[in-house]
Amino acid sequence: MADTTANNNLNAQMEPGLRPSLPPPTIETGAIGWVRHNLFSGWLNTLLTVFAIYILYLVIPPFVSWAFINATWTVPPLAAGAADHPPQFGDCRANAGACWIFVEARLPQFIYGFYPAPERWRVDIVFVILALSVVGLLSERFKFKRQLGIFFFTAFPVLAFWLLYGGLGLEVVETRLWGGFMLTLILSGIGIVFSLPLGVLLALGRRSELPVVHMLCVLLIEFVRGVPLLTILFMANVMLPFFLPPGVEFNVLLRVLLGVTIFAAAYMAEVVRGGLQALPKGQYEGAMAMGLGYWQMMRLIILPQALRIAIPGIVNNFISLAQDTTLVAIVGLYDFLNIVRAGSRDTNWLGTEIEGYAFCALVYWVFCFAMSRYSMHLERKLHTGHKKR
Amino acid sequence: MTAETQGSRSDITTAVPPWWRDERKRGLAAQILVGLILAGAIWFLIRNLLVNQERLGVPMSFRFLDGPAGFQLSFAAISVTLDSPISRILLVGALNTLLAAAITAVLATVLGVVIGIARLSNNWLISRLAGVYIEALRNTPLLLQLVFWYSSVVAALPAVKGSLNLFNVIFLNKKGLYVPDPVLQPGAGAVFVALVVAVAGSVVLRRWARKRQEATGQRFPVFAASVLLIIALPTIVSLILGNPIEWDVPVLGGFNFAGGLAFQPEVVALIVGLGLNSSAFIAEIIRGGILAISHGQTEASLALGLKPRWALRLVVIPQAQRIVIPPMVSQYLNVVKNSTLAGFIGYPDLFAVIGTSQNQTGRAVECIAIMMVFYLGVSLIISTVLNWYNKRVALVER
Repeated sequence: MADTTANNNLNAQMEPGLRPSLPPPTIETGAIGWVRHNLFSGWLNTLLTVFAIYILYLVIPPFVSWAFINATWTVPPLAAGAADHPPQFGDCRANAGACWIFVEARLPQFIYGFYPAPERWRVDIVFVILALSVVGLLSERFKFKRQLGIFFFTAFPVLAFWLLYGGLGLEVVETRLWGGFMLTLILSGIGIVFSLPLGVLLALGRRSELPVVHMLCVLLIEFVRGVPLLTILFMANVMLPFFLPPGVEFNVLLRVLLGVTIFAAAYMAEVVRGGLQALPKGQYEGAMAMGLGYWQMMRLIILPQALRIAIPGIVNNFISLAQDTTLVAIVGLYDFLNIVRAGSRDTNWLGTEIEGYAFCALVYWVFCFAMSRYSMHLERKLHTGHKKR
Repeated sequence: MTAETQGSRSDITTAVPPWWRDERKRGLAAQILVGLILAGAIWFLIRNLLVNQERLGVPMSFRFLDGPAGFQLSFAAISVTLDSPISRILLVGALNTLLAAAITAVLATVLGVVIGIARLSNNWLISRLAGVYIEALRNTPLLLQLVFWYSSVVAALPAVKGSLNLFNVIFLNKKGLYVPDPVLQPGAGAVFVALVVAVAGSVVLRRWARKRQEATGQRFPVFAASVLLIIALPTIVSLILGNPIEWDVPVLGGFNFAGGLAFQPEVVALIVGLGLNSSAFIAEIIRGGILAISHGQTEASLALGLKPRWALRLVVIPQAQRIVIPPMVSQYLNVVKNSTLAGFIGYPDLFAVIGTSQNQTGRAVECIAIMMVFYLGVSLIISTVLNWYNKRVALVER
């Protein structure tokens, strides 16, 4: 009571317009205000919110019960009198949910393909070096980036090939035994490493003033971009032998790599061309006025800026390349997706397709999402212009 | 000393630089070199091809197209039998590809626009849901999505007895999707003519309404009038002629539905998988287009007193349209190219059919040539048409 009178006195003494501002009404701030503004700001908005909640209700509870609550995570103990057997789909019959022991049992094959078990440490070493190098190259504080880059693009491929294929004291593992996640990484990695320089060359050729070079690059780029990847893989697999001298044969993995790289390079060329075109003409003129030759100008002035502009597109291309490697199944290679499919067709595991695909999707999603987030981060970091938000 | 200096000076002015210092000559030399290498490579490849074909006894010839195919297709847009020549089978494959791509493109556009706008919604929950949808579909391989839809979801559909049922005319079960099949009676042509007339009429109406608005400022409800016209005119004609188009509704028989138009699970899975995947990409294109319009445009139209909905429709979308067209063109091209994945789930598109034909006849070079010509041709046609449209709506800058 005394409080209110004090307040009233205070108000009475104040000139109009000099009163202390009141706190906003509780209904406009905090969680309640947020909900009111973002979910129930009008009848249409409320309707949409109810609709969204209904969709979530339809999807989430069944999914959680399938993937977690009713799922089989470990192989159940043998029933009395049952014959001992390797884990199989039958072990999951007791539960209505997902049969994760399929993924557990097949994980080594999903990762290494048909690579012989005693030699798998070699693949592990390559994975570890790869992971460490990528982390080093991408982190902002690492000091020896230049040396690491040189190692990564020159020595590492040789080392990785020696470790994976063998020879020189290691047992040879034929490429037809390669498969699973390892094969997907190899295909995407080699595709990424080779398609970028090739794409830059094609883009430069397309912008060249020499008519023969220009026409050649335009033809190649437009042809490759006009046909589906599958037809290029098919061509590399079926038609290439016709164009080689009798007796000369290419390894199937090499043929596929050739197809994937050329395909990715054509798309890369268009992204790089976009970057080249976005540079103001003054950069070219300035470089020429300095007396730089064509290659000096490109190497020192133009490409560093053009590639920086093109980064989002380049990373998007990397993501589609990684996803497109699933198509090598058409020539009978067992990449990550294909080996998961093959695994769920095993008579012991019939009925585990959804589990296999879910696992596969999760792995692809983590990699691709990470790549796209990193590209967005780079874009923001390198962004020097002015833009809303 | 002076003589020496003078001599060297005249040397500089008269000396002709060696030819490799001249940019033009160097360029010419480089081109001749590239041309020679190219010609040599082509000669080498062609010679190998001829030698190999001679050796295998399959000289280049397209006569195999007349031979009987000897294999059946699970889905055909036009009738085809075991004895049909390979050329007809290839035609069916091409039609199947175009059919799937066309349906997918329409579905993906509608869905993509809705989801792209939902992603920008003020409603936090809706925009998050759209975001999850887009990120999930864009970051997993298309092939994975297709095989997932095919073997998991289609397999999880109910059996024939417990079919999902829409108004007792459309049914969905393990064996596919059943919809009513139009049966044409004499006089059906008139209904189609009425439909065409109605569409043409609404185009004319739109032009007239625009002219009137420019002249007098009065608006005319074109959209409602067109919809009314397009629905009413064919209906009236149909009623006058005594319903010349009958609908053959699927009916549950002993083991399966009889009558109606049946789409096998492969077709359904392909269209759903491809359509959802493309819709995620289209949604991102739409979102990018709308965001690219400067915020000042929206603010100015709100300041003029337009409601947010009208600001979007009259100010933002017409401008976003121009930005969106080029990426949409390449997305439609992607739909056609991605339809080659149909073979993985057993839908006989051109690529799958050619693969089988090549396997049976051994005519690799000819088959691949046909395939390349088809896909390049379709890409060229689509991009020409849409580039023409793009040029028409593009801003004319002075």
